[in-house]
Order: sequence, then C-alpha cells, then structure tokens
Amino acid sequence: MFIINCPYCGERDQTEFSCGGEAHIERPKQPTELSDDQWAEYLFMRKNIKGIQFERWNHIHGCRKWFNVVRDTSNDKIHAVYKMGERPPLK
Amino acid sequence: MKNKYSIFSLIKNAFSGHENWKRAWRDPEPQKEYDAIIIGGGGHGLATAYYLAKKHKMTNIAVVEKGWIGGGNTGRNTTIIRSNYLWDASAGLYDHALKIWEGLSQELNYNVMFSQRGVMNLAHNLQDVRDLKRRTHANRLNGIDAVWLNTEEVKKFCPIINTSPHIRYPVLGGTLQRRAGTARHDAVAWGYARGADEMGVDIIQNCEVKGIKRNGDTVEGIETTKGFIKTKKIGVVAAGHSSVIANMAGIRLPLESKPLQALVSEPVKPIIDTVVMSNAVHAYVSQSDKGELVIGAGTDSYVSYTQKGSHNIVEETLRAILELYPIFSRMKMLRQWGGIVDICPDASPIISKTQVKGLYFNCGWGTGGFKATPGSGDLFAHTIANDEPHKLNAAFNLNRFVSGDLVDEHGAAAVAH
Repeated sequence: MFIINCPYCGERDQTEFSCGGEAHIERPKQPTELSDDQWAEYLFMRKNIKGIQFERWNHIHGCRKWFNVVRDTSNDKIHAVYKMGERPPLK
Repeated sequence: MKNKYSIFSLIKNAFSGHENWKRAWRDPEPQKEYDAIIIGGGGHGLATAYYLAKKHKMTNIAVVEKGWIGGGNTGRNTTIIRSNYLWDASAGLYDHALKIWEGLSQELNYNVMFSQRGVMNLAHNLQDVRDLKRRTHANRLNGIDAVWLNTEEVKKFCPIINTSPHIRYPVLGGTLQRRAGTARHDAVAWGYARGADEMGVDIIQNCEVKGIKRNGDTVEGIETTKGFIKTKKIGVVAAGHSSVIANMAGIRLPLESKPLQALVSEPVKPIIDTVVMSNAVHAYVSQSDKGELVIGAGTDSYVSYTQKGSHNIVEETLRAILELYPIFSRMKMLRQWGGIVDICPDASPIISKTQVKGLYFNCGWGTGGFKATPGSGDLFAHTIANDEPHKLNAAFNLNRFVSGDLVDEHGAAAVAH
C-alpha cells in the first residue's frame, strides 16, 4: 500500500495501478532461433529481488499508460519513476 | 521416546504445577560440518529434517533458521488442509500429505489437532459450476473423496451461508471434501522439531544464511551469522525468500514473492463447523478452536517482502464475507497479518534438484503450502537422500519450465493470483 507518482497524472493511490512485473526483459529478437533454455529464461525466470527492483506499472484506472518504477521491495519505498523508453536511473 | 507425552506425564506434571516440563528440543551451536543442511526452520524444513533422520538415517544434519522456528509462513497461514487438486500429479502429491496428516499426531506423539471438518468450495457462476464438477470427477478418479452439493445441500451443510438468489454472486452449489480440514499450525512445526531433535538433528535458530559457497558445480557449505558451516548437501526450504537464497547460489528461479494476508476476528461461540472457500468472490473462512473466525484474504499484485499487505485487499475480502454471511456484520476483527508467498507461474510447487550438485530446492508453494507440510517434507527428504526425486514429486521438477510440462493448478489453488 503506497502512493505512485504517475509521470502523466501525478500522485495517486497504488490501487489505481496494475503492476506489470519486472522491467527491462527484452523480447527475443530472433524467436525461432531460441533454445528451450533461453525461452524458459525469457518467459519464467525472474530476479524477484529483495531490495531495489525495476518494474513496470500501468495506470489502469487513470491514463492507462505504462511506465517504469524503481521500488525497494523490502519496504515498498519508491525511489524513482521514469517513462517507457527512458534510461533507467541509478542502475 | 525420552519424554513421551501421555495422560500420565500430564498428571505427573500437574502435581508440580507444570513447572518441570523438559524443553522439547535443544538449542545447539552449529558444528563445523554436517552431512546435510536444511535452510529454513518452518514446517516444511523441519519435516524434511525429521524424515531425513527417520527414513533415511541421516542424523548428522542441521536446520538453520534466521528467526525462530515456525515464525514464517507456518505461523501465518489459515491452517486449511485438503487434497482436491485437479491434475494427477497434484492429486498424488497433496493426497500423500493428507494421508500422513491422518496419523501425524500419533506418529509424532504431539497433538497437531488435525480436525477433518471438511472443506467446501463454492460455485457462484456457470463456469465455476462446470470447473468444480470437473474437479470433483477428476478427484474421484484419483481416489480422492469429493462430492458435488447443490444450493440446498450447501445450505444444509453450512446453514449460515446466504443462499438467496438475489445476492450479487449467488451460491449455485459447491464441492465438499469431507476428509479435508484444519490443524494447529504451530504444533506441526513444534512436533516435527521435537521429533527431529530427538534423533540428533541440530535445530539452529537465529542463524541467518549470508552466502552459499560453491566449488564449480558443487556446493561446499554455507556462510551464516554464526560462521561457516561445511556440507555436501543443502536443502533450501525458504518460502518467500527462496529467490534470495537462489541469488546467493547463483541460480535462477521462476518465482515471484508477494504478500498474502489473513485476519482473525474476536472469539465467538461455535458458529461454523467446517471450512468454506469461495474462489470467485475471494472469501474463505473457518473457525479456530479458540472461537476466532479465521479469514484468508488475497495476495497483493506486486512483488514485496514487507509481510504486511494492502488494506484494499482486506476490504475486498470482508465485503465478500459480509454478502455470503450477513450474520457476521457486527463482528470485530482482532488481528491482521501478512506472509510472503513464493508463487510459481503454474501455481504448483518445485521440489527438485538443481543444476548445482548437492543443492536442492523445495519452494513455489505459493498461497497453499501448509496443507502439504508432511508430504512435502517426506518427498524432499527422499530427493535429498537419494539425489533422485520420488515418483510423487518427479513432475514438480525445476526443469518443467524448460520442457513446458507445467502442472497448471490455478483453478485449485483457491487464491487468485
């Protein structure tokens, strides 16, 4: 339970948003050439970090836009918010 | 058994004011080396140690726990036990556990207060009816008791449910597993701890794992807050923190850790003598022996290790409970808490070897691990001792995420995630 600062709408309650999970997982450029191991890595394996995590959120009950959030999963504190396509801060 | 609990020991200790009970397990300092180390002193970890010692004669082993035993999800769940899962692999796994539950208090000489009061799963729409009927048929083909109840039979079995057709999600029927029920969660951890300790297992509390030492593809030991401990076999049973341990060992897991909440009400006289679960509106409720209503809420939708959970999740659950049980409208809630559950993409657990020799993981139980505690420990002990899975947990290997042979139990998991 926390407040997210949507880069388009400003500060809103977390319940207005939907979490899209870990950010910066790139869709394979050559899907036909991927091995089963590489598919498993892309589809299922997650960092699931206790600490600073980069993740995607969608303002589903607001502007419906996707953006990225840097959040500490050990205390739910948000350290940064940045738009899709922008360079992640403090990486 | 040195200090066998019985009516005689109870009477004897009553005469001395219950001040001379011996402690149920030791509090040892870690040795330099063990044949195997279990990381995580919850129900599953302690059960693993117990069966390693009992069935596989591995007594030079230790359980390391960063807090106190049973203080994680073992002490935070809603204590529901059932085995009405859809697929053959899951039916085998969960019913194996249920069969052990049925004799567990006797085996451990410790009352785990296993109560087969039945678990009812409600259907609120046509698809629920189809899915639950299908699950009933699948269960019976696997030898698991399950019956379909129509609305009147649901009302008869649990009279306080509002079966009016005019509520937002009317009760269209439900399934009932009579062998299912509840148990006392702390007693499970304590019973297994006492049994394992008696066979020589060291249970080391307040000992946090800080690193896993590997030599190439083999494990060498663990770094802890109480120093380095050497071992050839490590069984990780760390629930919500499995990914944290996996990171230390340099392997990847398909898990996401999320807070799952539960709450209890003030204690009242007996009002509900069974467990009622409703997947569609997300409300499940039973009554503890102390008289509190035990209510399970949902998971948060994002990864978090905070052991709290969001208020809106509790609000949604209570809204559903009030519609189904108008009689509870003036109940006061007493306590609320959260546990971190490790959720697999297919809502089934992982009891498996890894690509690292001597490193085993028992994780991914998600929102429903408590019911499997004895079976999980038994099968994980088998996997560690023989370096091969038992046939009942062969399907729950880590490699299924590569082969695609998933065990999709989202329907039977009962908590939507």
